[in-house]
Amino acid sequence: MASVALRPIPQVVAHRAEAEPRGLMSWLTTTDHKRIGILYLVTSFAFFVLGGTEALMIRLQLGEANNTLVSPEVYNQLFTMHGTTMVFLFVVPMLAGFGNYFVPLMIGARDMAFPRLNALSYWLFLAGGIVLYSSIFWSPPEAGWISTVPLAGSSYLPSGGVDAWIYLIHLTGLSSLLGSINFYVTVANMRAPGMSWSRLPLFVWSILAYSLLLIIAIPVIAGAVTMLLLDRHFGTHFFDTAHGGSALLWQNLFWFFGHPEVYILILPAFGVISEVLPVFARKPIFGYKAIAASTIMISFLGLLVWVHHMFTTPTPIVILVFAMISSFLIAVPTGIKIFNWIGTLWQGSIEFRTPLMYAVGMVALFTIGGLSGIFLAMIPVDWQLSDTYFVVAHIHFVFVGGSTMGIFAAIYYWFPKITGRMLSERLGKWSFWLMFVGILVTFMIQHSLGLDGMPRRVYEYSNVGNLQLYNQISTGGSWILGFGVLLTIINVWRSVHHGTIAGPDPWKANTLEWFTTSPPPVNNFDEIPRVRSLEPMKDIRREIERRSRDGTGATQTPAEIKTTV
Amino acid sequence: MRGHLPQALRGRRTLAVFALATVPGLAFAPSALASALTPEKGGSPAANHIWSLYLITLIIATVVFAGVEGTLLYCLIRFRARKGREAKQLHGNTQLEIGWTVGAALVLVALAVVTFLDLREVRDPVNSGPGGLDLSGSQYVTTGSLKPPNGRALTIDVIGMQFIWQYVYKNYSPSPDGLGTPYSYYQMVVPTNTTVILHVSSKDVVHEWWIPKLGAKVQAVPGYTNYTWFKISKPGNYAGQCSFLCGRGHARMIAEVTAVPPAKFIGWLHSQESALHSADVHAEACRQELNSSGGSQSGEFAKNC
Repeated sequence: MASVALRPIPQVVAHRAEAEPRGLMSWLTTTDHKRIGILYLVTSFAFFVLGGTEALMIRLQLGEANNTLVSPEVYNQLFTMHGTTMVFLFVVPMLAGFGNYFVPLMIGARDMAFPRLNALSYWLFLAGGIVLYSSIFWSPPEAGWISTVPLAGSSYLPSGGVDAWIYLIHLTGLSSLLGSINFYVTVANMRAPGMSWSRLPLFVWSILAYSLLLIIAIPVIAGAVTMLLLDRHFGTHFFDTAHGGSALLWQNLFWFFGHPEVYILILPAFGVISEVLPVFARKPIFGYKAIAASTIMISFLGLLVWVHHMFTTPTPIVILVFAMISSFLIAVPTGIKIFNWIGTLWQGSIEFRTPLMYAVGMVALFTIGGLSGIFLAMIPVDWQLSDTYFVVAHIHFVFVGGSTMGIFAAIYYWFPKITGRMLSERLGKWSFWLMFVGILVTFMIQHSLGLDGMPRRVYEYSNVGNLQLYNQISTGGSWILGFGVLLTIINVWRSVHHGTIAGPDPWKANTLEWFTTSPPPVNNFDEIPRVRSLEPMKDIRREIERRSRDGTGATQTPAEIKTTV
Repeated sequence: MRGHLPQALRGRRTLAVFALATVPGLAFAPSALASALTPEKGGSPAANHIWSLYLITLIIATVVFAGVEGTLLYCLIRFRARKGREAKQLHGNTQLEIGWTVGAALVLVALAVVTFLDLREVRDPVNSGPGGLDLSGSQYVTTGSLKPPNGRALTIDVIGMQFIWQYVYKNYSPSPDGLGTPYSYYQMVVPTNTTVILHVSSKDVVHEWWIPKLGAKVQAVPGYTNYTWFKISKPGNYAGQCSFLCGRGHARMIAEVTAVPPAKFIGWLHSQESALHSADVHAEACRQELNSSGGSQSGEFAKNC
């Protein structure tokens, strides 16, 4: 480490920072994007733990053929709550949390464009989560996270669980919509001087794509659940075929939202990977423009493919073929991303820190989810495998191997900035390996379950063939995975107070959030630096090095330097 | 932690850790039995065509998988940080990037072509074979959008309801209004070597008809008719179950297709008809009994009904 110590690390003294307000009221009334970000992150991680617990109970029930651990009713409630929680209360708001905290910092802004709207977004999200989870005290929803009609109609599920689910969609949908408009306006208007679109960090690009998709998709699902609410309680027949409505309409509306939602869940994780890999490979990102363009391309194509969730419905074959072709097309920009990430590692000097390991793990696991997606995009193969455990395996490689590993990479990468302290590398690596192995063991074998004829969403199965063995492997894996997550929770718990002090730029990273102190002051930056490249921090470090070599201004802080750079 | 171990040992440790990590994936999925790797087949031509398409895709996917993960692993081992190692400051390589974009696109074009060739074979029914049911009668002329080339098939209405499947053999309707048409629940008996077309619908919520060995599954959506077909050459039982969440009994909504030689099928159909007929007669007698006793469920009614 001696050679490093000679180089002055960029250091900012926040001369004019306001004293940070303290106490409960300051959190309840905050409009600071960083505090709102922390609220988002902590709340959605709590929901992640709830959703994970439900997943472990599902796996316990399936650990044995003809098991009677939980009743069919409870089982249906468990997977409905699990899916709904993970999609609407974990991945989307978790990414919104990172977006909230880091988008303004990365573009050199002092807050989001609409700070109070930002606070409203968070409280709407929390309200949505409370509404959904309050239903566990009377009657949780049990029609799956897709709530297909007529099952979700009042004739088949008259109790209020489905209504709680509808209000959850309303509240979190409104939250996401407002948040997305806020992100878009912030990025469009508040970038640091010199930060042209071609110097926008890739994480910010991905949040932009996430926002645009949400702005397009949310109104459709909001309309659909409102129609469902009217059908359930006010005598309308939007989805009632017997009275001139259509049960198929629900599937079209839901998946018009549902498929863009998949990209909403994965694109910001891609963005995190594109930030983390160059930092730890000590190389610029390979093919910046291709990655940014592929993000936008995926968003656009993602709006055209929803019918691939409906290959088995009575829909004309021409429409199915259109959905198949557009789904194939998405594989191209997705492949480009993976190739570019590998290109980023190529000839680098890779430092095996925990964020890098999660990022690489994400690339490795997401590749499996991407490849199984190609099978399911092919109409005839999907006719065999749709609604089986093969699909369950696919979505979990995408959402756990992809989104969740990306989120964990972000946790380990940005925790020092948020708290000012480092997470333990040793615990972090243990957590990574357990999660990585856990994901492979849990979900790889589920492909075989589907191929051997096990449909999804069944509370029991008979022990034919290897079904019980495969299920037991999967259940065993789920505990490894769960234990891995637990280690990160312990790691965060301990490091918040006892971690090593991080300093402003512990990773020697590239983007502007590392230009300020850790944690950043209320106003983020004393002075906002002029951005001259995609990697402004590299420029600033280089400038400091040059001056310390020259013997001029070695004592200057980056803030003072940048005014003269 | 790093730096305490000698150089060579560190490299070996990295390798060992990666080997450890890939073992479960390799051991539990690809190296297991072949049946764990491919979908079921053997019941009907559609399932066999899906199987071959799946296999082609699996081979291509395995090559891509090995290429991507192999290169990734190579990078991690070859380019890990070491003393004196400087990262090469590359920003991209336009030719290479265009190359792999075109490469990815070509693989997908190839897959799309294969899929289109296969789609027709899976979707469109074939003619009944020799040794199948004699379809010369006028009742076997198919209606609906799915037909074999000669337009003749055994047509069965498959009706999903919570939580059982009903099969109506509508080719054998004794009267123009369809009254008295033979039907069965749970077990569908069909003749071998005969093209069977299913008209799938639902009485209540969405269900999904799936017999893995027979191929394409289809949703049963209330208010819509969906179509699929099969032609079984080997007599036997083919098990399946509803694969779309339909409520609390979803897991127990199982189905079975039993293929028997045509003569035996006709025999079964007649026994089914007479069983249904005698049940109707019995029910009618009970109704009469109930009416004549003024609604009291005692005496003869309690004994017989």
